[in-house]
Amino acid sequence: MLRKLLGGAALLALAACGQAEKPKSASSAPPPKGPLFAMDPYPSTYHSYPGVPTLVTNVTIYDGEGGRIDNGSILFADGKVVSLGASVEAPAGAMVIDGRGKWVTPGVIDVHSHLGDYPSPQVQALSDGNEMTSPVTPQVWAEHSVWPQDPGFSRALVNGGVTTLQILPGSANLFGGRSVTLKNVYARTMQGMKFPGAPYGLKMACGENPKRVYGSKNQPPGTRMGNVATDRATWLKAKDYMAKWDKYAEKGGEPPARDIQMDTLMGVLKGEILVHNHCYRADEMAIVMDMAKEFGYKVTAFHHAVESYKIADLLKANGVCSAVWADWWGFKMESYDAVNENLPLLHKAGACAMIHSDDANGIQRLNQEVAKTLADGRRIGINVSDEEAWTWLAIGPAKALGIADKTGSLKPGKMADIVLWNGNPLSVYTRPEKVWVDGALLYDANDPKRRPVSDFELGQPGEGDVK
Amino acid sequence: MKRLLLCAAALIASPLSAETIAITGGRIAIGDGSQPIDNGTVLIRDGRIVAAGSGVAVPAGARRIDAAGKWVSPGLVAGFTRIGIVEVDGVSQTDDSEADGSPFSAAIDVAPAVNPKAGPIAVNRAEGVTRAVVAPAPGKSIFAGQGAIIDLGADADAVMRPRAFQFMEFGEAGALSSGGSRAAAHVAFRNALMEAQAMARGASDDGFERQLTRLDAQALVPIVNGTVPLLIHVERASDILRTLELAREFPKLKLVLVGASEGWTVAPQIAAAKVPVIASALADLPASFESLAATQSNIGRLKAAGVNVSIGMINDDEARQARLIKQYAGNLVGLTRVPGASGLDWGAALATITSKPAEAVGLGSEIGSLKPGLRADIVVWDGDPLELSSAPTLVMIDGVEQPLENRQTKLRDRFRQAPEGALPKAYEW
Repeated sequence: MLRKLLGGAALLALAACGQAEKPKSASSAPPPKGPLFAMDPYPSTYHSYPGVPTLVTNVTIYDGEGGRIDNGSILFADGKVVSLGASVEAPAGAMVIDGRGKWVTPGVIDVHSHLGDYPSPQVQALSDGNEMTSPVTPQVWAEHSVWPQDPGFSRALVNGGVTTLQILPGSANLFGGRSVTLKNVYARTMQGMKFPGAPYGLKMACGENPKRVYGSKNQPPGTRMGNVATDRATWLKAKDYMAKWDKYAEKGGEPPARDIQMDTLMGVLKGEILVHNHCYRADEMAIVMDMAKEFGYKVTAFHHAVESYKIADLLKANGVCSAVWADWWGFKMESYDAVNENLPLLHKAGACAMIHSDDANGIQRLNQEVAKTLADGRRIGINVSDEEAWTWLAIGPAKALGIADKTGSLKPGKMADIVLWNGNPLSVYTRPEKVWVDGALLYDANDPKRRPVSDFELGQPGEGDVK
Repeated sequence: MKRLLLCAAALIASPLSAETIAITGGRIAIGDGSQPIDNGTVLIRDGRIVAAGSGVAVPAGARRIDAAGKWVSPGLVAGFTRIGIVEVDGVSQTDDSEADGSPFSAAIDVAPAVNPKAGPIAVNRAEGVTRAVVAPAPGKSIFAGQGAIIDLGADADAVMRPRAFQFMEFGEAGALSSGGSRAAAHVAFRNALMEAQAMARGASDDGFERQLTRLDAQALVPIVNGTVPLLIHVERASDILRTLELAREFPKLKLVLVGASEGWTVAPQIAAAKVPVIASALADLPASFESLAATQSNIGRLKAAGVNVSIGMINDDEARQARLIKQYAGNLVGLTRVPGASGLDWGAALATITSKPAEAVGLGSEIGSLKPGLRADIVVWDGDPLELSSAPTLVMIDGVEQPLENRQTKLRDRFRQAPEGALPKAYEW
């Protein structure tokens, strides 16, 4: 032990001495080829399930990008959207569904969920969403907490038509950790649910939570200015870390020491990891946008963002999205200034905006949340059409997750993540009738066996019930 | 006599409107479970309903309110809330729902803590909620204290009936506050009621070791006497059955179950006991081990079994989001179109947020429907009250038209255009 320590010290001393004359072995190593280190050590094993070519006819279609087809048809096969229009020919052997009186939309995407990390039942043993041991934990990955048997996944699918969701760490920390995007399909492992090719996100948080959690332990940050100070110090370290790796990539030599924390932040600085920033107050969002410029990163979306409507112009100018609720308010000081019209006000100002849930119940009714805020907007003269409002549930969150080329709208070639609703999906009286993920029928209201039951619910009261 | 006096006091406290008003031409929903009536009239005099329906004659001199193309319903009654006793949950100084540092429990009375100017009152009023059942939250005892029925009017008198019920926890939360087990909670309950019985008998020294403060025991006297209802929060089926059995031991108890996520599994027993249920409408997750069988079909199945069931906000942002009850009720209608699920027809769904909660707390003859003689709490809506796109255009409490403006609408109006104008936003008001 002693020898080991001494040995380390001796090496350090040598390295210090060696600054004058470069160690030959190091400088002679060529720059590395390919990735500097394994970027995807927990790769997705998700695969799509079998489906049959399916044609839905006589149906109202919202394509998720603002388009609408009345009394139209949509064909999907081999897991992909094939075509849609006023009339589409069914290939031989296709299942044909008469969609009269019904609606087809892309699957709902929730950009803010904690399913799996804060699962049901809500017991301490399963509570894995907040690494509340330090305000700076970009080294933790939400995917390492996901419990794939959370019954909440099934509710989101069958009642909410949710086909894709981002699982974020909690908001106790300034740097909460990496998020993971999942297909809403049960699997034995997290990897089996992981959305193939989706970029990682980084959860950050402003405001009350970090300063309360750590201030109450008498450690930094204890104030909002403390929040920003710790953020900035951390970004400085990250820039330094990136510079070392950039130099190594360019010139070779000894590779820098790996730092799992800094790996994540370097990914953000390089634009490979998307920042999802929990932030309520307008003034704090403005400071964060300046901080992002100071250190050269981009905030993809502010989450919760109840005061976004106050700075819609600023958010638009900075190209930052807001992921919001329809009507949550007042549960803490920073949510006190919420208005029902936040989302339509942002939309009208030309700022990027979308709905989100942050809740195992709310995720089951994101369509209804859109319907409420849409109607509130219309009452003050913001006339957004139903099909345009559906972008708040579809292409909007798909873009914020970096997966808009794969899902989030009904464009030919995209994943057949599709919901057939039993009526107008912006009505309180409507429910999903069928949900397909990658063209596989994974929920059918008319078939009790096409209603997933997680391991946890087997053998329990209410097993397999209509929930 | 005492009861008569109480009623008289309530009448004096309510803001009466001494005029005759006719709301005409609207689609009228009575709130008693019946289906809506087209082109009806609601006639109001002195703050009370005179008549509602079709063929109601409008007396000369009545002030007319045209509701053509609109819907008219009773004001919504929020079945279980903490409205008016919390401003911001995260700011403890503004939260009067719970007092776990207090030596008292059953004696705690929320009435003096109700703030008629609390933000949630104005916000919920603007969305059609006119009355609310307001319960304290438990501290260190199974007994949380005495709840009130309030109105959400824009005046200084919010409390319609103080000490309207006692609220207690009897599942996981009750076990926790009793030292760690349900078994201990049952002992605590039995002991408390026996102390109250002793007090009612005037037995001051019967050898009992007293556990309750004098005021706590006193507060439980009307509970053991059955003059005031006891609202008990239970979720698990077995807890529900054990709770129903208490009525055998204390036959005068006027029980109301709160929560009851697994109620549908024992619906016949609840119906036979004639115990009303104030339930969560859409709880469908096994959020705890006491709600494994939770389903959105709970209320529909309870209703089908003959239970008097209404919607409450149990552990569901109860301090401020009672306005969601209309969405919840609408969802129960939606369930009737899901194979295998149990929902409610439209009239029954509206009743779960109007007459049914009023009946559960013994106020069915005062509020919750448009039946003659009831208080004129009325909402005119720009569409189907249960539909997501609808909102009130007029809210009346005791026949008095209410303002629909609040902090939220003012913030919205200030920031309809986000950029500042000639002066900072602080000058726009």
